[in-house]
Amino acid sequence: MNMDTISAPRIEVVAQDGGGYGVALSGRWTLEMLTRQMTELKPALAGHAALTNVAWNCLDIEAMDSAGAILLWRAWRRKLPAMLQARPEHLHIFERIDSADHQPAVSAISNSPHRIITAIGGSVLNLIHNLSDFIALIGQLSLDAAYLLRRPRDMPWREITANLYKSGVRAMPVTALVGFLIGIVLSYLSALQLKRFGADIFIVNILGLGIVRELGPVLVAVLVAGRSGSAMTAQLGVMRVTEEIDALATMGVSQSLRLIFPKVVALALAMPLLVLWATAMALLGGMVAAQIQLDLAYGFFYESLPRAVPVANLWIGLLKGFVFGVLVALVGCHFGLRVRPNTESLSANTTASVVTAITAVILVDAIIAIATRGLGLP
Amino acid sequence: MSAPPVSAAVSILDLSTRFGDVWIHRHVNLEISRGEMVALVGGSGSGKTTLLRQMIGLLAPTEGDIRLLGEPLYGGGLERERALRRRFGVLFQHGALFSAFSVYDNIAFPLRELRALDAGDIHDLVMLKLAMVELLPRHARLMPAELSGGMVKRVALARALALEPELLLLDEPTAGLDPDRSGNFVRLIRVLGEELGLTVVIITHDLDTLTALASRVAVLAEQHILAFDSLDKITGMDHPFIHNFFLGGRRQHALST
Repeated sequence: MNMDTISAPRIEVVAQDGGGYGVALSGRWTLEMLTRQMTELKPALAGHAALTNVAWNCLDIEAMDSAGAILLWRAWRRKLPAMLQARPEHLHIFERIDSADHQPAVSAISNSPHRIITAIGGSVLNLIHNLSDFIALIGQLSLDAAYLLRRPRDMPWREITANLYKSGVRAMPVTALVGFLIGIVLSYLSALQLKRFGADIFIVNILGLGIVRELGPVLVAVLVAGRSGSAMTAQLGVMRVTEEIDALATMGVSQSLRLIFPKVVALALAMPLLVLWATAMALLGGMVAAQIQLDLAYGFFYESLPRAVPVANLWIGLLKGFVFGVLVALVGCHFGLRVRPNTESLSANTTASVVTAITAVILVDAIIAIATRGLGLP
Repeated sequence: MSAPPVSAAVSILDLSTRFGDVWIHRHVNLEISRGEMVALVGGSGSGKTTLLRQMIGLLAPTEGDIRLLGEPLYGGGLERERALRRRFGVLFQHGALFSAFSVYDNIAFPLRELRALDAGDIHDLVMLKLAMVELLPRHARLMPAELSGGMVKRVALARALALEPELLLLDEPTAGLDPDRSGNFVRLIRVLGEELGLTVVIITHDLDTLTALASRVAVLAEQHILAFDSLDKITGMDHPFIHNFFLGGRRQHALST
């Protein structure tokens, strides 16, 4: 006999002396062999097992692993057949499976309509937990601020300046580029319309108000939420996974004072500056496009800007920058602290952090817009 | 009845490894027969884990050749390499469980990747493997983050055994376990190894593990295999490294028990 025919798992039907019939199994009933022949073996086994009074001869099975045993076990409907001849080491595998079968079963998760209600309840509870954690975070930061007022020596200057550099200075190129391009696009589109009405000069009003009061702060907030907010979440999350936060706690270092407070302060300081920077760049882009499209001189644009846009708008823009900065940092840290030690949770919380930060920024922007509707409009 | 052709489980031929300018191994030769339980020992930084990573095809040696179960690790197309990789199981030092999967899905993952078994087969196999490593069905729902160190190792062992390997490679299987758990885990490895007829290669620092498990010990030092023999013979050898490793004062008691 050659090796190949021996190795493959085989099923043979043999006549029994007493008139019944027997099934002889041979070959290697191992996972490696079975995967090639699963489609033929399963129905064949099931066909034989469905009949009663079948004698099973497994003595010629060369090798059997638990995958092969499971295949037979399932064909035999989870019990040894009445007439079975098998080698002791193979019987031992079946004993193992049998005892695994008799372990207390775990109730499956039911698929009833209650599940939907449970899911809704779960997400409501989740929202409440999120909100209460968020409020607790704000409370903790207020306590930290009060503590620092009493003990200014403990001010985490190094962390604040490091964060200022990371989320402020390093964000300057991208905010400048995006601001400049948005300025060009906005100016170009407005110019096309204004030209038709001969209202060229009002480009200064449109750009000035739109960018300084609204677009600058929101644009920067969205960029910073994607850039620094996600980084804060990921950093705190990984620090939780690697137990660095626990290590800090055991050294008696307050995690909120050393990790969260500096991030919030740094972004609260950096964001108004970034807003100013991006607004200037956007206005510059607008000026360039207006010059090309409408032949509007740079000098004229520059001089009429203060007349068209009262300075209150700039203060509103900077205020928004401050509020958005605090918001993005708080949301980023909040989700960072919620990361559980696994990869899935890290990615879910980083996504949640960015999405929540941007949504919150737009929401707060709308609130500020309503609250300041009487201010700064000529 | 004919036995499968007998080739060594692991054969390493004249292997050398270089990282940058530093030679980690030079002319390493090692042949492990089927059914053996071999421990690979060596000081920290002697390149044990590097050698293991080379054995399982995660790192190509600079020079030399490695054959597992009689077949070369590389070449012969993706299909052949994949088929060979399914014939050995690896237990990584920290378990390397997929943290996004439950215990059940961790063990079921390699089985699902075969694309030959249906959900029922996989369920039965996973439950059997869990029972084999002495875990309960209710543990199947837990996430890796919820497991203790000993349970992580057990689940990782169950996953390594999922594809019915012929060869099992263990990297520091008892690191980070208390002596009691470590003893239990070693006993489990020995019982399963004998029952399933596995060839087992263990990297370890732990003398208790070594004495309980290994039929032979390979000592990796001075960039090559210094000795490969039974524990008794090795402890009798007169070499400074072996002397320090096995007979250092505080370790005496582990051998005497």
